[in-house]
Amino acid sequence: MINELSRRTFLLRAGTGISAAWISANWPALLSASKHAHSAAVAANPAKLEFFTPEQATEIDAISARIIPTDELPGAHEAGVLYFIDRGLATFSADDQKTYREGLPELQARVTEMFPNAAKFSSLTLQQQDEVLHSLDENAPSPQRPFRASPGAQSFFETMRQHTIAGFLIDPDFGGNDSGAGWKVIGREREHMFQAPFGFYDRDYAGWQPMPKEADKK
Amino acid sequence: MMVDQPKYKTSYEVDFVIIGSGAAGGILAKELSTNGFRVVVLEQGPYLTETDFTHNEVETLAQDKLTNHPRLQPNTFRKTSSEKAKPQRAVLYGRCVGGTSVHFTANFWRFHEIDFIERSKIGPIPGTTFADWPITYADLEPYYTKVEWEIGVSGLAGASPFDPPRSKPYPMPPLPVKSSGVIFERAARKLGWHPFPAPMAILSQPRPGRSACINCGFCLAFGCEVGAKSSSLATAIRMAEKTGRCEIRANSYVHRIETDANGRAIGAVYFDEKRNTHLQKAKAVVVCANGAETPRLLLLSANKQFPNGLANSSGFVGRNLMLNSGGVTVGVFEHPLNDYKGFAVSRVLHDFYELDPQKVGFYGGGGLDARFDLTPISFALNALPPGTPRWGKDFKSALAHYFNRTMEIFCHGTSLPVENNSFSLDPDLKDAWGLPALRMTYKDHPDDLKLWRWQNERARELLDAAGAQKQWSQPVGESQFAVHLLGTCRMGNDPKTSVINGDHRAHDVENLFLCDGSSLVTSGRGQPTMTIEALAFRAGERITALAKRGEIGA
Repeated sequence: MINELSRRTFLLRAGTGISAAWISANWPALLSASKHAHSAAVAANPAKLEFFTPEQATEIDAISARIIPTDELPGAHEAGVLYFIDRGLATFSADDQKTYREGLPELQARVTEMFPNAAKFSSLTLQQQDEVLHSLDENAPSPQRPFRASPGAQSFFETMRQHTIAGFLIDPDFGGNDSGAGWKVIGREREHMFQAPFGFYDRDYAGWQPMPKEADKK
Repeated sequence: MMVDQPKYKTSYEVDFVIIGSGAAGGILAKELSTNGFRVVVLEQGPYLTETDFTHNEVETLAQDKLTNHPRLQPNTFRKTSSEKAKPQRAVLYGRCVGGTSVHFTANFWRFHEIDFIERSKIGPIPGTTFADWPITYADLEPYYTKVEWEIGVSGLAGASPFDPPRSKPYPMPPLPVKSSGVIFERAARKLGWHPFPAPMAILSQPRPGRSACINCGFCLAFGCEVGAKSSSLATAIRMAEKTGRCEIRANSYVHRIETDANGRAIGAVYFDEKRNTHLQKAKAVVVCANGAETPRLLLLSANKQFPNGLANSSGFVGRNLMLNSGGVTVGVFEHPLNDYKGFAVSRVLHDFYELDPQKVGFYGGGGLDARFDLTPISFALNALPPGTPRWGKDFKSALAHYFNRTMEIFCHGTSLPVENNSFSLDPDLKDAWGLPALRMTYKDHPDDLKLWRWQNERARELLDAAGAQKQWSQPVGESQFAVHLLGTCRMGNDPKTSVINGDHRAHDVENLFLCDGSSLVTSGRGQPTMTIEALAFRAGERITALAKRGEIGA
């Protein structure tokens, strides 16, 4: 899987003549879609976790909330990203279970290494949490020694990052992006049917006019 | 779907077995069944319809619901034939009834006159197999018109001064302009260029059983939920089914074309869903499996009589692969474009279709289009300005700022045919059925890379003229991933340097026909599907005539 990640990074860096949507087709396998996170997040009681223990869930929720934090607009926590990931790992994306199983203890080890007095990631200050995540982010320049996943392993942080983004921005009908929280942030309306004019620049478009003859040199 | 379909026994010799149901296979199924022939279409992917399509990016993009799956059908890649190829995803194509036409962008330019005769005009190019086509634009024009009217293409005839002659206008007006299109049009005109409304295989007006485009914004990479995208699924396949003579047999993975002692094709051998093997007998075989799988199937069909693969006496099966060079230049503007609404492309320009090699210093030409083809997750993972943090507070605010203010200029261009650029069988890696994996060998011709850079510069010029606040180009690099799969069983008059003749008939096997991206002799300027479909309409007519004259034999 790390190879797939590197390849995607390569594609982005080297360019391929294909647009970004096609590059996305090279994602590592992500999560299955389900209604689960949606129903979980709107339920009065906390949803039942299918993969994570409650202790793990607290850590995952905290990591996702640093990847897409909450400010005046909702973040990963409000979008139910934890439940999107949990449901995915219990179903279609079971292949990624290993990454999380190995990643969470690695995270714990890194927390202890960097902050010997801290019990766990979620009990660190937000700034300390960011420091830990920067140290795990292979793509970021970091004062910490770079984290390297063991040979053949997929990077835990990169997996978590992609899963968080997917859970935040997926069509809300498919088990993440609860209440359209992510789409609210990026300014995408919830509808799936639109009419022109679409944006600022086509509002005052007068309709197609042929080129004036004098400008037509060909 | 499937209402009036006959169910042919595999032992029953149908008139034609067609392998692949995409842009070419769908149209050939429709043409041949309409002309009275009994047809079986074998499609390796599932039969999905509008109700199966969703806006779920994870399932559609990451899990390949509509496309070839890299775990089931892995590829390998190398740059030159002296290297050992490494496993890596090399091709992407539609793997469902309707093929790649289900999820494509639906940019539907015709090729121009020059595309068919360019070798004669500018002479040979060292290191290439650059050649003229055995047919001309005039030969193909009636079939371009047929495509536009039969499947439904929206556009405005005469809007581009560079357009080739046409016998009829488009059957429906262009789709509405997007903000990206208006920005593009105004800036291009400032520069004295000639933007025009994009011809798109997407309905601007409803047709029986099909809605006009509702601008949902999940277009490229997705199947259309309202039948507005003129895929083979929404058009030709349905017409073929209505004849009552055509069976669409999905989940049927063909891996060999069987021949008899006389060197004639007798049918296609395939795995069904449960991996049982069948031979569907047919009087003639038509392969429309795409520019990767068509040559692979011919190579997989090697036997004592055809030791180098079926129809491969030229050695050209799988060779001369062309991908279409292309750059992506991105611009950001002050106000919201909201370009996530709607189909991808609303304006195109063809001012650089035919560049003068003496002036620019390389062979090539192309077209620029204004587009936004990104859905929310794709955008967040891939499309923020270079240097933007990949997570955290600043990542989130960048997402909020850029998603609605970004547009892309896609620079489509030529690829030169190079003999070593090819698809072949990997000697080691196998797919999930135990068949040799597809191996891609590819190194861009230097002129293709020069064109790619040159067109990116024009796109930057355009974005400057448009007053973009920020702009960047995705870096130009050597291609390792193919979406357009062209030239790998090329058409020609000389059996030594081509695989099929002008009627799409294999030079070596009289009842074997090939029609898809593999038939192309040159790459055009970036939008091959329209031409593949025009070729399929023409092939349908030629094959019908041959069959009716008794020249295919049985």
